[in-house]
Amino acid sequence: MKSTLTAVRPVSAVLAQGRRWAGREQVLGPLLVAPAFLYVALLVGFPFLFALYLSLTDATTGNPYGAFVGVKNFVEVIQDPTFRRALRNTFVFTLSSQAAVVVLAKVLAMALHGVRRGRGVLLFLLLLPWVAPVSLATIGWLWILHARFSVIDWVLWQVGLLPRTTNMFWLGRPDLAMISVIVVHVWRMLPFATVVLLAGLASLPQDVLDQAVVDGAGFWRRLFSIQIPLLLPVISVAVLFGTVFTFTDMAVVYVLTRGGPFDTTQVLSSLAFFKGIVGGNLSVGAAISLFLFPVLFATVVLMLQVARRAEVA
Amino acid sequence: MGRRAMRVLGPVGRGGVLGVFTAFAAFPFAWMLITAFKRNSDLYNPTHNPFWFNERPTLEHLQYVFTKTMYAHWIANTALVGAAVVVITLLLALPAGYSLSRFLGAWGGRLGMAIFLVYLVPPTLLFIPLARVVSELGLANTVWALVAVYPTITVPFATWLLMGFFKSIPRELEEQALVDGYGRLGAFLRVSLPLAVPGIITVVVFSFTLSAQEFVYALTFVTSTAHKTVSVGVPADMVRGDIFDWGPLMASAFLASVPVAALYYVVLDKFVSGFTSAGAIR
Repeated sequence: MKSTLTAVRPVSAVLAQGRRWAGREQVLGPLLVAPAFLYVALLVGFPFLFALYLSLTDATTGNPYGAFVGVKNFVEVIQDPTFRRALRNTFVFTLSSQAAVVVLAKVLAMALHGVRRGRGVLLFLLLLPWVAPVSLATIGWLWILHARFSVIDWVLWQVGLLPRTTNMFWLGRPDLAMISVIVVHVWRMLPFATVVLLAGLASLPQDVLDQAVVDGAGFWRRLFSIQIPLLLPVISVAVLFGTVFTFTDMAVVYVLTRGGPFDTTQVLSSLAFFKGIVGGNLSVGAAISLFLFPVLFATVVLMLQVARRAEVA
Repeated sequence: MGRRAMRVLGPVGRGGVLGVFTAFAAFPFAWMLITAFKRNSDLYNPTHNPFWFNERPTLEHLQYVFTKTMYAHWIANTALVGAAVVVITLLLALPAGYSLSRFLGAWGGRLGMAIFLVYLVPPTLLFIPLARVVSELGLANTVWALVAVYPTITVPFATWLLMGFFKSIPRELEEQALVDGYGRLGAFLRVSLPLAVPGIITVVVFSFTLSAQEFVYALTFVTSTAHKTVSVGVPADMVRGDIFDWGPLMASAFLASVPVAALYYVVLDKFVSGFTSAGAIR
């Protein structure tokens, strides 16, 4: 019915409508984006500036706007051994877990690639750590690493690696607590990196891979000279996002150790939470949080570079 | 590649690798499930094999969770927050994604990338100033604080996803509708929106699961047990005194995490392609 209607309408009316539409696009375009941008500006942009402001004051929960004190908070924070430990931990946790994640994800993605039977179930189980809420998933680990009833301790007792009446205290000793936090981060980020790599593997040009076989390249040669270079953009995406998620994560440390024992597993975000929210020292908390920003910024710049290179290629 | 790697690795090797990884990934959840049905006398006896039910399974932990704790409340709060966030996300991201893909030309892509990068701004960078904002708005210690703030996480990614979806719908289809006498809105509603339904479903599921997963804002903005969401209620309040109640704790963690995980899993392909396309804009 509509098409018969157009047929009788004069051509000039159609053209006029077309012009009106083109004219309105200039208005309509920004108008439709405006609410989303306004919202983001109000609840991301403004709080970020407010964080900068808070970090330069002596604001506390009781005195929420405080007075300007310059960079005093940053100076004090840098001299605080707990902060330095947290800063170091944040890097140690992120770098070591991401290094493990890249290698393991590559192995797992290669093992998964081409699996057909039972793929859905297998993927679901493998992805659980990433798709489940992080705080709830980490509680499972809290019980696995329990001081007295750890199932790992029980296995160690059975194989005779640990005397029967003793415990490892996985979360009670600084070294083991740090390792536990790293393992849980690896556990959580591995599925994400794996599916990203899997998507990359699926999009590799088959003819290039076939040609390499024809040319007589062995498995390792093909892996390091062809696959990994071709997968590099995808691998960098997985690593960059993994870095952001791990570097800024607070849930794992909060649930597992609350930063303990004796603040030895504290990270920037958890320390900011304990000082700023629990302790009510808004300015110091904001200052600590802001130390996340340089790494975040660098990651975004690298992201954009990867994107641009992929565009050129 | 797959078949050739298999020849090197061997089917047994591949099976072994997959088996070890699957066990590592799923074990904490299996452990939650076993613990949820074990009697306390069985759980807290170090001489008992923890992998086995040495005594008959029990439902007492589940009963405890639903009758003696605020668990049902937390689930309801989570659902409410999730639903409200889904609505707000769609209201903001649908027009934005559409406009970025249609009206803004090359700028659309750049702005889209910029808004996507906002997704990388972590809650732990903004939770302190936002706590002030939330209390100035009079929303402190209510679920509405979360409803107001969670779209900062969902809108950027949703806009990015929908932008990609609308881009894949040929402009000509809409132009045809315009020629047929529909207005701009009519063309959008009748042509583009129905074709974008898969994208919209993805955004709905994605926004809901992200809200259900969020921890830092929920921990910071909501302090009363009754107003908490499940991701904070369970780790923070599912304790009797100072003693952890592992049976109820594991039961509630398992019950809340697996459905959320299943939902997320459904849209994961789209989520991942959103990421990989962010790394390689074409």
